[in-house]
Amino acid sequence: MTSTATRPRGARARAAIAAKTLRTDRWWFAPLITVVGLSAWVIYATVRVFMHDFYWVEEYHYLTPFYSPCVTERCVEGAAHFGRFLPGWWIIPDAALTLPFLLLFRLTCYYYRKAYYRSFWLSPPACAVPDGHQSYSGETRFPLLGQNLHRYFFYAAAIISLINTWDAILAFHSPEGFGFGLGNIVLLVNVVMLWAYTISCHSCRHIIGGRLKHFSKHPVRYKAWTGVSWLNVRHMQLAWITLGTLALTDFYVMALAANWFPDLRFIN
Amino acid sequence: MGSKRQFRIWRGDETGGDLKDYAVEVNEGEVVLDVIHRLQATEAPDLACRWNCKAGKCGSCSMEINGKPRLGCMTRMSTFEETETVTVTPLRTFPVIRDLVTDVSFNYEKARETPAFAPPADVAPGDYRMQQVDVERSQEFRKCIECFLCQNVCHVIRDHDENKQAFSGPRFFIRAAELDMHPLDAKTDRKEYAQSEMGLGFCNITKCCTEVCPEHIKITDNGIIPMKERVVDRRYDPLVWLGNKIFRRGQVPQTSATSGHSSGAVTAGAAHGGVHSHAGGSHDSSAERQAQQGVNWQREVPHPTAPAVDSSGKLPLTELTFDRAAAPSPFGDDVEFPLPPEHLNFAHPQQDEPKH
Repeated sequence: MTSTATRPRGARARAAIAAKTLRTDRWWFAPLITVVGLSAWVIYATVRVFMHDFYWVEEYHYLTPFYSPCVTERCVEGAAHFGRFLPGWWIIPDAALTLPFLLLFRLTCYYYRKAYYRSFWLSPPACAVPDGHQSYSGETRFPLLGQNLHRYFFYAAAIISLINTWDAILAFHSPEGFGFGLGNIVLLVNVVMLWAYTISCHSCRHIIGGRLKHFSKHPVRYKAWTGVSWLNVRHMQLAWITLGTLALTDFYVMALAANWFPDLRFIN
Repeated sequence: MGSKRQFRIWRGDETGGDLKDYAVEVNEGEVVLDVIHRLQATEAPDLACRWNCKAGKCGSCSMEINGKPRLGCMTRMSTFEETETVTVTPLRTFPVIRDLVTDVSFNYEKARETPAFAPPADVAPGDYRMQQVDVERSQEFRKCIECFLCQNVCHVIRDHDENKQAFSGPRFFIRAAELDMHPLDAKTDRKEYAQSEMGLGFCNITKCCTEVCPEHIKITDNGIIPMKERVVDRRYDPLVWLGNKIFRRGQVPQTSATSGHSSGAVTAGAAHGGVHSHAGGSHDSSAERQAQQGVNWQREVPHPTAPAVDSSGKLPLTELTFDRAAAPSPFGDDVEFPLPPEHLNFAHPQQDEPKH
């Protein structure tokens, strides 16, 4: 019997299309803006973390999140809630207990993974644009296998958000006792956004209810899962918003601590 | 009255091809597939294109339009500038048959390798009762029309053909997720299976599958990431591991996903120096052998068969030379449906023995 052209016959060739991509839109714009945005933030954060100064406003008890909690010997007393037990070497960040976990939380975050795999690692830079690498094993091997530890960094980030919340509460202070100023609003907005980002995490969504097989048997967890899912849809926006609020909060505290301008006070 | 618009359409087959320029009339409200049909009716009657419903529900007319994987029937011409040249090419990830038609049988093989729904032992068929809230997540994945745009755009196999043996692709990850979230599915090792046999770890969640899905299924957020998290529960969570060790709970029966190779099973390729892949596997057999190390295909795979050719050594392609009046099967005359299990390179150990 004769056959057709489609008879199975081992490995066939793909269409010989010379162009690597035929996309005509500005597919390079999103990875470019991601590189610019993330690099700018990382540079700013690195400079600030190793500045070891201008992180505490004694008058109003404002503490920047980049130095919370301050645990090295060089910390001022008011900023060190948990004691000053680490040596004051230049290379050790003053918030050495929390910053590594926050960094790893964001590094293993499902949104940031998409962002940096695309923009920094070009794997792929955009959809239907060729991967920039000869071979690919994804997250099947060390070190990328470690991305599966995201949920532990989520637990750590939740604890750190509690510490940041405590900082924001302590900041309702003035030399007369209770005080309230623009700095409090900045700190509060930052903390609310940090909570929103942390709770909207995919691991949180899984733990809170996503892992269940029968939602009907767990109505409370289902309700919680619905709420987290609502936030989870906005995880990317929250990831960027929190980068902004963190930098803004830190800058505001630095400006006050360096006496660049005074805080706008509403009460005391 | 329509206007003439410029098109570049890839014409060719597995031996080679090129982009050909066409000027085609386009009328208001038309989609790219309408233009393809007009071309077939006018200056390119031999232009090959797979299509069926023209309503975005059959998943047949998958193609790449201006480099983006799209359905031809759901891409309106009004989304392009009047002066823009629209480039239409076949799906890149799969072997081309002719013009815009590709051989997507890779996906059918992966479908057969995905364990089916496992009915609960203590509920008789017909007595299944489920609450809507429990099946909602699975229902999202049931919207899939199997256009395979997600499979096509996934860089794991699009840019690295050697991963095709070890990687099932987004369409089958949501199938695994659908069943793992199914309230009545009795299979308990889908997470391990997805990780060890379907290649879930290859996915680096860059979300292109979600971007191209014409059914707007949140493949990554609702399917792949939950499956990755479920795998973390079982494989990478030291607290769970410790708890299981101490309390001896959650012991999974040994299956293909958790055990070594079963007796009699042969790892494909290595013993034969070749790879069964009429799904369009790699041309680099050493790379494929490397990619499938650690994958238990559960049986010896058949060798690829050469096509029957006529006396001139060519395939009988035209109606004049073909020995039958009817249209040939697009899958080849020797392919029966349902696909005979012995032609697959995998059999799930819990699957019934194939009936001959």
